Amino acid sequence: MVDIVKFLINPFGTMLGGILMLLVPILIGVAYYTYAERRVIAAAQLRKGPNVVGPFGLLQPFADAVKLLFKETIVPSGSSRLVFILAPMLTFVLAMVAWAVIPVGEGGWFAEGPWVIADINVGVLYLFAISSMGVYGIIMAGWASNSKYPFIGALRSAAQMVSYEVSMGLIIVSIIVCVGSFNLADVVRAQQGLWYIIPHFPLFIVFFISILAETNRAPFDLPEGESEIVAGFFLEYSSMSFALFFLGEYANMLLMCAITTVLFLGGWYAPFDVAWLTWIPGVVWFVLKVCVLAFVFLWVRATVPRYRYDQLMRLGWKIFLPFTLFWVIATAGVLVAFGWLPNA
Amino acid sequence: MAIAALSFYVFAFITLFAAVNVIFARNPVHSVLFLILSFFSSAGLFVLMGAEFLAMVLVIVYVGAVAVLFLFVVMMLDVEAVASRKGLARYASVGGLVGGLLLVELVLIVGGRVGGLPTNTAAPALPIPDMAVRTNTQALGDVLYTDYVVLFQTAGMILLVAMVGAIVLTLRKRSGVKRQNIQKQTLRTIDEAVELKKVEPGSGL
Repeated sequence: MVDIVKFLINPFGTMLGGILMLLVPILIGVAYYTYAERRVIAAAQLRKGPNVVGPFGLLQPFADAVKLLFKETIVPSGSSRLVFILAPMLTFVLAMVAWAVIPVGEGGWFAEGPWVIADINVGVLYLFAISSMGVYGIIMAGWASNSKYPFIGALRSAAQMVSYEVSMGLIIVSIIVCVGSFNLADVVRAQQGLWYIIPHFPLFIVFFISILAETNRAPFDLPEGESEIVAGFFLEYSSMSFALFFLGEYANMLLMCAITTVLFLGGWYAPFDVAWLTWIPGVVWFVLKVCVLAFVFLWVRATVPRYRYDQLMRLGWKIFLPFTLFWVIATAGVLVAFGWLPNA
Repeated sequence: MAIAALSFYVFAFITLFAAVNVIFARNPVHSVLFLILSFFSSAGLFVLMGAEFLAMVLVIVYVGAVAVLFLFVVMMLDVEAVASRKGLARYASVGGLVGGLLLVELVLIVGGRVGGLPTNTAAPALPIPDMAVRTNTQALGDVLYTDYVVLFQTAGMILLVAMVGAIVLTLRKRSGVKRQNIQKQTLRTIDEAVELKKVEPGSGL
């Protein structure tokens, strides 16, 4: 409680600087993630990808941004104007605010505690709450467009995100049972020495597949399946509103990678407790881990064919849900049996 | 505390504004969206009171799950915006009666005329733990899984029964429906699926 109230009472003391220091790198990261995606997929398909604008095409994201800014915003007739404009903003804002609780490092020259904007008690629940709201941006876009394909895309997406959230919630429960705290910095601290990917390896796999589905990425990109429903929920979007959707989606992917890093890959800790590895600042390790996971996102997109919708639902409800439920009980059972429960 | 007070008024105003708009919005989908906004700003009020766990659960359960289903249903219904206004005069009296009763009850309770809010903190049945030692999430868990574990489990059972009931009521068997047989599909091998044939020119298969 104290932490959240503190945050609300005095947001300008240390917050504003921290917010800028977090958001600017994230936005640049998102811009270059779109570039990385095109380069990686091009490499996987033996093409060159963007290589003309600037050295190695490095200025491509900025060229894209400028192009989108100067395009005309088209609002389809018969659409619900306000909702249509609000939807991409909501997606983008939600993708940004969730970063407030992600701890990217700890201690050192920069700060006493963890490097995080809001070190709140219920960080994990906050993340879960924000990501469960992400579906509204998509439903609103699909409905407000007043068009068939976006509507179908929105319905698919809503069903998909709600389905996979359930098993993601259970996975988070398993981790929280081991940590004994909802605070994300505590989650990372509990992994010093042993990252949770080792005892919870099957859970890590399930979680990674779930975040692919949660961010509507290949092989679960049915909401925007190009070959079936053109572009899904953002079919009618153009110009800046399209760019906001795009940025929101990619920021969400990076966010999910960051959450996976915090939950399973030991956040800011070096892989081994060796001097020349721990000498590297924690934030570098954190970014490195996020980059590896983000690369896997692209790798999966380049290699795995799209799922059929009934297969997607079957995987979520009939395989992941029972498995994660079993894992929660097994984890709790092991912790109780060996007396390893934290805060007992 | 000025900013805390200001935040309270901002959240309270948005909650009330959204709640009023749930009733008066012309489009049912807009009504649901306003309902979501009002849930969300109520969560903000919870945070201001220091009940961060309740705030997050409100957002996860109501905004993230319940309201999605509302929105689903309302979007699919294709209600005529004008037609839904027709019954306004007919239902206004009933709605007014229920609303009035609720208002009277709230005023009576909060005003302390009947019973009043429990203000006796001298010897409460469940002492409030020290916030520095136990966060309110942990405190809630302490109570929920010890003293009220039976009630908690019963609530879970009732929800489970309701869920099974809903599925039983809506499940229907139809004949002539083609279903996917996942097992058969995944057990298929290349040998039985693909056949290579040498086609002579002009002969066909």
